Amino acid sequence: MLSLVWLIPALPLFGAAVLLLFGKRIGEPLAGWFGSAMVAGSFLISLGVFADLASKTAEERAYTKVLWSWLPSLGVDVALLANPLSMTMVLFVTGIAALIHVFAIGYMHGDPRFSRFFTYLNLFVFSMLMLIMGDNFVLMFLGWEGVGTCSYLLISFWFERPSAATAGKKAFVVNRVGDFGLMIAMFLIFNETGSLQYHAVFRSIEENGIASSTATAICLLLFLGACGKSAQLPLYVWLPDAMEGPTPVSALIHAATMVTAGVYLMVRVHPLLELAPGVMTTVAWVGALTALFAATIATAQDDIKRVLAYSTISQLGYMFLAVGVGGNVAAIFHMVTHAFFKALMFLAAGSVIHGMHGVVVDEQNMKWMGNIKKWMPITTGTFLMGWLAISGFPPFSGFWSKDEILLDAYKENKALWVIGLLTALLTAYYMTRQIILVFFGKERFATDSHADAHDAAHGHGHTPHESPVLMLFPLGVLAVLAVVGGAINQPFGGKNLAMRLEHWLDESFIPGTEIHAFVGSHGSVGSGTKLTLAVIATLCGLAGIALGASQWLTRTSPESQKALELPLLKRAYGVDAIYSKIFEVPGRKLSEFLAFVVDRRGIDGVVNGMATLVRGGGTQLRKLQNGYVRTYALSIAGGLVALLVWAIVRTGF
Amino acid sequence: MIPAQGAVLVDKAGSGPGGQWFLAVAAVLFTIGMVGLLLRRNVIVMFMCVELMLNAVNLTFVTFAKMLNDIGGQVVVFFIMVVAAAEVVIGLGIIVSIFRRRKIGTTADSAVLLKG
Repeated sequence: MLSLVWLIPALPLFGAAVLLLFGKRIGEPLAGWFGSAMVAGSFLISLGVFADLASKTAEERAYTKVLWSWLPSLGVDVALLANPLSMTMVLFVTGIAALIHVFAIGYMHGDPRFSRFFTYLNLFVFSMLMLIMGDNFVLMFLGWEGVGTCSYLLISFWFERPSAATAGKKAFVVNRVGDFGLMIAMFLIFNETGSLQYHAVFRSIEENGIASSTATAICLLLFLGACGKSAQLPLYVWLPDAMEGPTPVSALIHAATMVTAGVYLMVRVHPLLELAPGVMTTVAWVGALTALFAATIATAQDDIKRVLAYSTISQLGYMFLAVGVGGNVAAIFHMVTHAFFKALMFLAAGSVIHGMHGVVVDEQNMKWMGNIKKWMPITTGTFLMGWLAISGFPPFSGFWSKDEILLDAYKENKALWVIGLLTALLTAYYMTRQIILVFFGKERFATDSHADAHDAAHGHGHTPHESPVLMLFPLGVLAVLAVVGGAINQPFGGKNLAMRLEHWLDESFIPGTEIHAFVGSHGSVGSGTKLTLAVIATLCGLAGIALGASQWLTRTSPESQKALELPLLKRAYGVDAIYSKIFEVPGRKLSEFLAFVVDRRGIDGVVNGMATLVRGGGTQLRKLQNGYVRTYALSIAGGLVALLVWAIVRTGF
Repeated sequence: MIPAQGAVLVDKAGSGPGGQWFLAVAAVLFTIGMVGLLLRRNVIVMFMCVELMLNAVNLTFVTFAKMLNDIGGQVVVFFIMVVAAAEVVIGLGIIVSIFRRRKIGTTADSAVLLKG
């Protein structure tokens, strides 16, 4: 199976190409099924590759498939790398993507650009797989930009809505800042090592060493790129707005896969990162602060998807915290479990939005929902699984991964650990607020005057309805994964069962060197301390749930709810307004200056000035041709005399 | 065939007026023609002035051909005469057609249709 590794990205690319050319003709729902089948095929092949890789000894678990030579001067081939890290990512990316494709067949039903949607989705999966499996920085960057493009296309998928078009542009522009850092980092790496192939770069650094200032610069710039793609402070602003895209997009791209690319990048370059301890600390603090910052904002949002978006930013912060304290396994572990439960919650939210469609005008506003469990029991049940998982309730998947991050943070720095705990509490709190507002309490949509007006105008459905099986099936699968996903790295059961992910990742080496392809956390603590920490973390989660439940079950009137939703948090600390003041206003001023002064007066002035000059000169010159033949004769005679004088003077006659 | 610088312009036959006189006549003719062309407004008269200038030039050619013993000058004269004949045909044709259009008038200064 290993040699078939190229099929993993090739199938979605083929799917995207076919859907691009014949999508309209294939039509709904066949285009959706076709796209899903391509991604599911990728998943099956990655299972086979994974099995092959797992059957080898730890030292041999790196397979590079060189497809063709691409940029020899950069030491870069189009080559796919299958090692434990990339295959872990590939498995969950293709698996979740396949489920979300199926969900989208139901969710996008009736959309006029149905097949286009699946074209973009398949293209996205292809780009994401290139990002993960590329065995060099250039191919990774290609995938990196590819997912960025697909993200842009899919955020503004409903481009008729001005807000969606703007959100797409915003995501694209903010990501440019990060990509700039990533590119400069690549230039520096090439300048330093003469190659951009991962293993060659790491080998060169091991053999020749690297100045610590250079390593710091490279890592900081790589982290800037990661911050853009993974929505960390200060570049997170695009992700909440990205919720303008269709919900399957939010689940796939802006929760489970693309936004984790930054974490993947940091883990991938860890041999470099370890040479820059200052950057490690920076990563940890940025991650921790982002986690706390976004969690506080999430407590006051009304939009069902925006809560999840800020939650995603917060959980990504967790992953960076783990990377920063050297907990690479914990980061990847949390990336996988987060992909399970956050994709689940986004899809469940999508199911709710789908069910609320036509019931209220603003179908994403949680303040107009309530008691949806009565109408959508299955969606509710699956969402609750996600809620328990993200709140860190044992033994759900989020409990294990979050616990591991907190453990690694505790070993490194107690302050980071406290921030992590606080975030865990807030996470449980805002998720509890969300499920109570959406699924429990009073039905606010039925009594809403807007809804009545809407119904009167449209004359259809007064109540939410459960989604079709097509959408519920992925929810069910993801709910199971959100519950049991922690099993891949749980600490019990001896050598064969415990910490499987850690063994799988930790034992791989970069071929030809002694460098671990992957390094987990360094320090260790006693099992008693571990247990205490786990209990504290669990208690924090439970406290958050209790706090959320006690407040939001009792506060049913909008007035009493307002007291808990600080205006500052509702406005997300006004960061957008500040950015707009700092960047947008001067940018606009500069553009206006360029457009109205430089272009209109300067460049247009030169062009028009030339025209005016020629016309003016012509107007003067035409006076010479006055039609009087004798004037012409006079000028000829004058010329003749001048010539004669000249000839005489010259010959000195 | 071109004579050396400073060759003396003498009549080889040794009889009749010297070449300078012919050149002087040509200069006078040319000047009359040019002044006439510039001062008169009658198109026919202006045309005749042009012919006068042409013939003055012809005379210089012939004179120099004789003085420098170069047959080339005489050859050019024949060309000029042929071209002048053709020019007369076309020029007179134009003049006649201008005269026919009474609106324009009969002097050179009234035909200003071609001004820029």
